[in-house]
Amino acid sequence: MKFNNFMILEFPSKSSNEAFARSAVACFAAQMDPTLEELGDIRTAVSEAVTNCIVHAYPDALGIITVRCRILKDNVLDVVVKDKGVGIADIEQAKRPMFTTGGTDRSGMGFTIMESFMTSFELTSAPGKGTTVHMRRKIQRRK
Amino acid sequence: MQFTSFLENGHLTVALTGEIDHHCAKHYIQSIAGKIEAYTPDVCILDFQDVTFVDSSGIAVVINALRSMSQIEGKLVLTGICAQPMRVFRASGIDKLVEIKEAVR
Repeated sequence: MKFNNFMILEFPSKSSNEAFARSAVACFAAQMDPTLEELGDIRTAVSEAVTNCIVHAYPDALGIITVRCRILKDNVLDVVVKDKGVGIADIEQAKRPMFTTGGTDRSGMGFTIMESFMTSFELTSAPGKGTTVHMRRKIQRRK
Repeated sequence: MQFTSFLENGHLTVALTGEIDHHCAKHYIQSIAGKIEAYTPDVCILDFQDVTFVDSSGIAVVINALRSMSQIEGKLVLTGICAQPMRVFRASGIDKLVEIKEAVR
């Protein structure tokens, strides 16, 4: 096994599950002994990814969101957030800061935050098939 | 999700609580806009002292409040921001658009 531990969550795209998802991932990551700042960053990035699924991937109906977490060697948390929603036609445009199709109650900063708060960030999407966000965060060993 | 607000000498203080995410952001945006419209304060202070988490939805809350205050030529001030919300605000550059005051604890 290339990883030490894993967990998989599956839930419908209800906005009340945003808090559930980020808390569940933070609880899982707690065994890696992160600092409060590292944990806060992970919670924020997961919240952004899951919110995107709820707002953009499934705009008109409920769909399934899958969150998979693994603990890789060297204390790296690997997080995948996946939906089978509408997908993104123009990924570069979607990632641009302040760009949003979500209206005035969205800031268009989701991907910027995921990119800056995680060690690595990868977005793959196919229109009509869904979107996958793959993020990693190295948790520093404390001396 | 709940908040209290009070008006004193043209200063409207809105004290937000808990976690601000997409699930509750719309409610906050509409409520704050309603209060600014009703009271037309010179200064609106968003108090984040009891806010434990924000994601980019929190940025939208601040930007909308800023927009409402600009329309009446008033000023927006943020206060009492904890570490996690501050990291989000810094990452978005909002700390350059709005005055941020330290918490009075």
